[in-house]
Amino acid sequence: MRPLRYARPDTVTQAVTLVAGEPRGAYLAGGTNLVDLLKLGVANLDLLVDVRRLTSTSIDELPDGGVLIGAAVPNGELAAHPVIRQRYPVLSEAVLAGASGQLRNVATTGGNLLQRTRCAYFQNVTTPCNKREPGTGCSAREGYQREMAIFGASPECVATHPSDLAVALAVLEAQVHTHGPDGGGRRIPLLDLHRLPGHEPQRDTALGHGELITAVELPPLPFAATSRYRKIRDRASYAFALVSVAAALDVAGGVVRDVRIALGGVAHKPWRATRAEQRLRGEPAGEASFRAAADAELAAAEPLPGNAFKVRLARAAITRTLLDLTQAAGGSGR
Amino acid sequence: MDVEITLRVDGTEHTLVVDTRTTLLDALRERLGNTSPKKGCDHGQCGACTVLLDGWRAVSCLALAVAHDGATVITAAGLTTNGELHPLQRSFVIFDAFQCGYCTPGQIVSAVGRLDEVSAGWPSAVTAPGAVDVVLDDDEIRERMSGNLCRCAAYAKIVPAIREVARG
Repeated sequence: MRPLRYARPDTVTQAVTLVAGEPRGAYLAGGTNLVDLLKLGVANLDLLVDVRRLTSTSIDELPDGGVLIGAAVPNGELAAHPVIRQRYPVLSEAVLAGASGQLRNVATTGGNLLQRTRCAYFQNVTTPCNKREPGTGCSAREGYQREMAIFGASPECVATHPSDLAVALAVLEAQVHTHGPDGGGRRIPLLDLHRLPGHEPQRDTALGHGELITAVELPPLPFAATSRYRKIRDRASYAFALVSVAAALDVAGGVVRDVRIALGGVAHKPWRATRAEQRLRGEPAGEASFRAAADAELAAAEPLPGNAFKVRLARAAITRTLLDLTQAAGGSGR
Repeated sequence: MDVEITLRVDGTEHTLVVDTRTTLLDALRERLGNTSPKKGCDHGQCGACTVLLDGWRAVSCLALAVAHDGATVITAAGLTTNGELHPLQRSFVIFDAFQCGYCTPGQIVSAVGRLDEVSAGWPSAVTAPGAVDVVLDDDEIRERMSGNLCRCAAYAKIVPAIREVARG
């Protein structure tokens, strides 16, 4: 690890100025991914600016019925918060499906969104990787593909985004509040925060250098009370998703009034399944239409030989999650 | 870059100068001589370095010491009171909940931290949606302890050792 300067400024403005002024500068919050990347030699930094005690650690209900989550709220507290559990259960379940108790106590809301892919080639500095070192090639395309993307990949990168939290926020259409080097704040829809790899896989997000996440806002969404997160992985707990599904369902009289679906573990960003959603609205809430909706989404999948299983897995996971939600909403699901 | 920090470890306050790259784990083991937290994977994947950091369980290998200036740290060695073992420490001995013992301090600290989380009403991934009272059955114990790996696979004894204390 190269020598590292450390700063703990007193204000958000100071923190932003510090990082903006140092090309090899980055924010440190919980550090559960960044410290590891420093050890691995994947992150080569000269300056860490500690913002863990700078951004908000509170969860506040907003007058419009939404909720504002401070960027420094630990994942464990977020998942346990009564308002989140009651009104946005998909968010609580997604957080609890990720990492371990030890990590969730330290990892923050903002940091969770900015964690980097766990692609083995990205994390191994001895192998070519366009995300870590642009222009060197993608080892995963010809290598071990089990965990790779089936949607939206590019010839340069087939990595997946590891966050469970972000998949739930994609369903909830959260807004990410940031503070930028120009002194202004902006709100970025969660769905626009992360990007597809394209020709610049080294860029995970739409944030500019020095732009700091200060909070995440959940808009009101009454039918999110009937929402859940299902994660499928290679061991029962404490592993990244092969496929995960976040969904919220609004059923009235056996008919789907509204639905939101997002997938994790399948793309470089949380994958909002808009084709499946469109297909489902107005359809009877039941296994046949859920399966047809899943198929409508997965028709666009472009799996690799080593991860073609994810298509069937995602189809089953979407169908089962929607059936569970139908049952929770009081329908039979048949 | 060297920075002076203060850590309160197992009830004793220490002031030390650390390089900014020093992890909390290395500060405890190499600088303060507290070898209770173990270095297993050093990447936050095994849980052997688990400590209570300002009251909550955390892996000390992914925490930079400089970022935790002023923190209160409890290691497995600090769980005893007046020489008396913590009930979970005693339970691990009675149930023979280890083989080589390397993961044990992390397992025990994690189990203590988990009890506090249950007392605070925190759900886990296997808690029924909306449930207010957590029933600490074996599924709950396994899920809540999934961040602590045991390469000897002593899980068959670790789970009952923790279950015994969970029931009081």
